[in-house]
Amino acid sequence: MNWKKLCALDEIPRLGSRVVKSPQGDIAVFRTAADEVFALHDKCPHKGGALSQGMVAGKVVTCPMHSWKIQLESGEAVAPDKGCARSFSVKLEAGTVWIAL
Amino acid sequence: MNKQKLVMVGNGMAGCRTLEELLKLTPDLYEITVFGAEPHPNYNRIMLSPVLAGETKFDDIVLNDLAWYRDNGITLHAGKQVVKIDRKGQKVIADDGTEAAYDRLLLATGSLPCILPIPGNDLPGVIAYRDIADTEAMIAAATSYKHAVVIGAGLLGLEAANGLALRGMDVTVVHLADWIMERQLDKTAADLLQKSLEAKGLKFLLGKQTEMLKPGANSRVGTVRFKDGGEIPADLVVMAAGIRPNTELAKSALLHCNRGVVVSDTLQTYDPKIYAVGECAEHRGTAYGLVAPLFEQAKVCANHLAQMGIGRYGGSVTSTKLKVTGIDVFSAGNFMGGKDCDEIILSDPVGGVYKKLVIRGEQLAGAVLYGDTADGAWYFQLLKDGQNISEIRDHLMFGQNHVGDVGHAGQNKAAAMPDEAEVCGCNGVCKGSIVKAIKEHGLFTIDAVRKHTKASSSCGSCTGLVEQILASTVGGAYQPADTKDKPVCGCTDHGHGVVRAAIRDKKLLSIPAVMQELGWKTPNGCASCRPALNYYLISSWPHEAQDDPQSRFINERAHANIQKDGTFSVVPRMWGGLTTPAELRVIADVAEKYEVPTVKMTGGARIDLLGIRKGDLPRVWEDLGKAGLVSGHAYGKSIRTVKTCVGAEHCRFGTQLSMNMGVKLEKMLFGMWAPHKVKLAVSGCPRNCAEAGIKDVGVIGVDSGYEIYVAGNGGIKTEVAEFLCKVRTDDEVQEYSGAFLQLYREEAYYLERTCHYVARVGLDYVKGIIVENAERRAELYERLLYSLQGYADPWANAVATQSKEYQALEVTA
Ligand code: SRM
Ligand SMILES: Cc1cc2nc3c(=O)[nH]c(=O)nc-3n(C[C@H](O)[C@H](O)[C@H](O)COP(=O)(O)OP(=O)(O)OC[C@H]3O[C@@H](n4cnc5c(N)ncnc54)[C@H](O)[C@@H]3O)c2cc1C
Ligand code: SF4
Ligand code: FES
Repeated sequence: MNWKKLCALDEIPRLGSRVVKSPQGDIAVFRTAADEVFALHDKCPHKGGALSQGMVAGKVVTCPMHSWKIQLESGEAVAPDKGCARSFSVKLEAGTVWIAL
Repeated sequence: MNKQKLVMVGNGMAGCRTLEELLKLTPDLYEITVFGAEPHPNYNRIMLSPVLAGETKFDDIVLNDLAWYRDNGITLHAGKQVVKIDRKGQKVIADDGTEAAYDRLLLATGSLPCILPIPGNDLPGVIAYRDIADTEAMIAAATSYKHAVVIGAGLLGLEAANGLALRGMDVTVVHLADWIMERQLDKTAADLLQKSLEAKGLKFLLGKQTEMLKPGANSRVGTVRFKDGGEIPADLVVMAAGIRPNTELAKSALLHCNRGVVVSDTLQTYDPKIYAVGECAEHRGTAYGLVAPLFEQAKVCANHLAQMGIGRYGGSVTSTKLKVTGIDVFSAGNFMGGKDCDEIILSDPVGGVYKKLVIRGEQLAGAVLYGDTADGAWYFQLLKDGQNISEIRDHLMFGQNHVGDVGHAGQNKAAAMPDEAEVCGCNGVCKGSIVKAIKEHGLFTIDAVRKHTKASSSCGSCTGLVEQILASTVGGAYQPADTKDKPVCGCTDHGHGVVRAAIRDKKLLSIPAVMQELGWKTPNGCASCRPALNYYLISSWPHEAQDDPQSRFINERAHANIQKDGTFSVVPRMWGGLTTPAELRVIADVAEKYEVPTVKMTGGARIDLLGIRKGDLPRVWEDLGKAGLVSGHAYGKSIRTVKTCVGAEHCRFGTQLSMNMGVKLEKMLFGMWAPHKVKLAVSGCPRNCAEAGIKDVGVIGVDSGYEIYVAGNGGIKTEVAEFLCKVRTDDEVQEYSGAFLQLYREEAYYLERTCHYVARVGLDYVKGIIVENAERRAELYERLLYSLQGYADPWANAVATQSKEYQALEVTA
C-alpha cells in the first residue's frame, strides 16, 4: 500500500468531512463522533452528488442531493437504495490521518 | 337564613345535569338531597355500550364522583329507592324508611325497559339493558355462556349485540320489523348497516315475533321460541324492545301522567312544587329518549328552580348516532320523506356510503347518512334552524366544504365552522362557547374542555371535532390526549411539540443534551432530526444555545446553495430588491474574475451567480463585501427576500412608500432563522405588483395605512395569504409582522412553512395573539428583536476567520 500523509485529525470536523483532490478524483474523508476516519470516492452512487457535503451520523453519511444514505465503512448504500461508492483505506496514527492511494 | 330544601329523586343524567346548572346559577339557594336507586354516583349511561364493548371502564364513565356531592353540600342517598311522595306533608320516603322534607321536589326517574309479556321472561339469564348492573351481567354471561339472543334491533339492541359479539358470544338479533332501526333509518341504510354488522359476526332474524322463552338444563333460559314455530338456543336473552317513562312514583302520588309525567314548558308537573326532567317527563306529548333534549330541559328547569323564571322549553328535534366502533350512521328529522317531499340520494353500495336528504319546500326536513357522517352536524343544524336551503341545494349533498368558498385548502374543518354551529349534539354546545371557554379559562386538554363546556362528555362522537377546535384555538400549546404529534424521525418516539417543549422547559442548550434528556435511540441522530434540533435550540435560546454547523444542511453550513455538479450559487442581498451601479459593477467584476458560467435574475428580485467552485466562495464574498454586499441567505431556512414594488416613491397609484417599508422589514429580519424559509413582499397599493398575496407576510399599502396578510405560499401548493389586520404606521407593520414571525418561529415544527403552521393552529388563534393581545404581541416582537441582535453577515465571518472548510486537502508525502 502506498500510504500518504493527509492532515491532522483536527482539520476534519467531528461528524464532518474534508475533500482530498487526488489523481483518482475527489475523495471525501469523514470523521465520526468517535474519531474514526473513513474515505469514500466523493461521488454518490445515485447521481454523483458530493458525499463530502453530506451530514454524518454514526457511520453513515446522507447525500446532500437526494438523501441517499451511504455507509462509511463499505461505501454501500443503505437499503432500500442500491449502489456503492468506492472506498479508500485510511488510518489514524498519533493524531495524523493517512490515506492509501 | 334557612335554606330552602330541594329533593331530587333519581340520580341519573338529567337530574344531575339540572343540579349542575342550578349550582352554576345559585350555589347557595338550596339544601339539596338526592335519592338514587342505583348504588353509584351519577355515571354516563350512554357509555355503557363502550364499557360492554370493552373500550372503556366503569370508573372512566363516572360523571359526578362522590367528592362532587360532598363539595357541593349535597346529601346523597345512593342505593335507596323512593317509594312514596307525601305531597301534603311535603316529604319523600325511601324503601329503607329514610325521609326527606322538600320545598321543591325534582323527579328524574328515567325510564324502565319494556319487558315483553311472554312466558319465561322472568327466567335467570333474561335481562334488560339499562344500567351498569345489566352491563356487568352481560359481561359475566359472556365469560361462561355461548348463545346470546338480543330482542329488538334498535339503537340499544344493536349496541348490546355488538358488545356481546366482541366479548366472544354467538349473537342473534331478533326483530319484529322488516328492517333494523326502522325508527331511525330507511330500508337502504338499514340494509347496509345490517351487512356491516353481519360482517362483524352478528346474525339477524327479521320479521320474527318471540312467543316464549323456555328454560334450559339448569333452569336458566335455554331456548327462544317464535310464533312461526322456529326455535334457537339462548343462554342469555337481552330485551331491548323499547323503554317507557318511569312514572310509577309520580302516579302513586296522583300527579297527572300520560305516557310520562306531564310537564309544562317550565318543566313543572301539575303540582307546581314538583318538577320533572328527563326520560320520565312528557312535554307537549313527547317523552324523549336521548340526552340532548334532556340537557335542554335541565337548563330550563334549573333556571326556574333558581327563581329566575326566564327559560322556556319548547321541545327538541333529535338526531341519532349509533355507537358501534367502525360504523358511522346518522339520522335526523323526517328521514322517510313523503308526499310533499323531495329526496336527494347518493348511493355507493360498494364503497359502503349512502346518503339521503329529505327536502320539504325550501327546507331540509330529514337526513340519513351511512358510511360518511362527517356532515351530520351541519345537516342537523340546517334542519333545526329551518334554514332556507334553496340557494345551496345543488351542493347540499356534497357537504359543508363545498358550499361557497369556505373550503380553503389546508385549513381544517373546525377553523371554518361558524361560531354558532353546533359541535356537541348531546349537550347542545356550539363552537363559540367552546372557543370562549378555551380562551377564558386557558384550557389545553380535551379533558379540561369537557369539564368546562360538557362538549364531547356524553356520547363522545364529536371528540375529534372538539380536538380540532382546541388545536385551532390554542395552536402550539395544544396538548393532544392521544398524541398526533408524530415522531420527529426514527431516532426518537417524541414528536416535534414534545421536543420543543423539553428544550424550552428544561433549558437544554445543545444537541447532545437534548438527545440525552429525551433518550434518543441513535448516538448522533440523523440528517432529519439534527437540523430540526439545531433550529429548536437556537430559536428557543438565542445567544445561549450552541449552534452546530455539522447539524445544518450543506447550504446553511457553506452559506451558499449547492448545485447538482457540486459547485455553488451565490446570491447577494439586495435590500427590498434595490441595487446601485456600484453593486452591479462589483457583481460584474466577480462574474468575470471567477468565470461564473451563469448570471441570472432570481424569482426573488435579485441576482444569482451560479456555478462557483467551493474553494472560490470566500474570495467571491470578500470582493462582494467591498461594495457592501452581504449574504442573501438564498440557501437558508431563514428570511429570504422582501420583494417590493416601486410604490409611492414613483408610481402614480402608489399610496405608501413600499420600497422604503420593504427595506426596513428586510433589515429588521436580517439573519432570522426559521422553521422554513420566509418570504415577504410589500406593495404600494392593492394592484399588488410585488405579489404580496402569496407571501409568508404580505403587506399592501392603502390610503390609510397598510393591510397585513399572512401565511401565503407560492411554492409547491399555492396558498393565498389570509388577511391578518390593518395598521396605520410603518412601526406597526414592523411590530405586527415581527410578532407574527416570532410566533411562527416559536411554535411551528421544523419544515412547516407559515401556511402549514397557520393551517394547523388556525388563523383565529393567530389573530387572538397578534391582533387582539397587545401585550403578547409586544413580547413576541421584543423576543424577535432580541434574537436578531448583533447578527453578523456570515460571509464576512467566513472571510475573517479564513475558515478552512472551503478548501480541499492536499496529499503531501
Ligand atoms: C434561485 C431561485 C430560482 C431563480 O432562479 O429564480 C430558486 C432556486 C431554488 N429554489 Fe426556489 N428559487 C427561487 C425562488 C423561488 C420562489 C419565488 C420567490 O421567492 O418569490 C418560490 C415560490 C415562492 C415561495 O417560496 O412561496 C420558490 C419555491 C421553492 C420551493 C417550494 C417551497 C414551498 O414551500 O412550497 C422549493 C423547495 C423547498 O424549499 O423545499 C425551492 C427550492 C429551491 C432550491 C433551493 C432547490 C434546492 O433545494 O436546491 C433552488 C436552488 C437552485 C440552485 O441550484 O441554486 N424553491 N423558489 C429563486 C431564488 C430567489 C431568491 O432570490 O432567493
Ligand atoms: C346502553 C345505553 C346507551 C345509550 N346511548 C345513548 C346515546 O348514544 N345517545 C343518547 O343521547 N342517549 C343514549 N342513551 C339514553 C340516555 O342514557 C338516557 O336518555 C339518559 O340517561 C336519561 O337520563 P335520565 O336522567 O332521564 O334517566 P337515567 O339516566 O336513567 O336516570 C334515572 C335514575 O333514576 C333512578 N330512579 C328511578 N326511580 C327511582 C326512585 N323511585 N328512587 C330513586 N331513584 C330512582 C334510576 O335508578 C336511575 O339511576 C343510552 C341509554 C342506554 C341504556
Ligand atoms: S423550480 Fe425547480 S428546477 Fe427551478 S430552481 Fe426551483 S427547484 Fe430548481
Ligand atoms: S446524488 Fe446522492 S442521493 Fe441523489
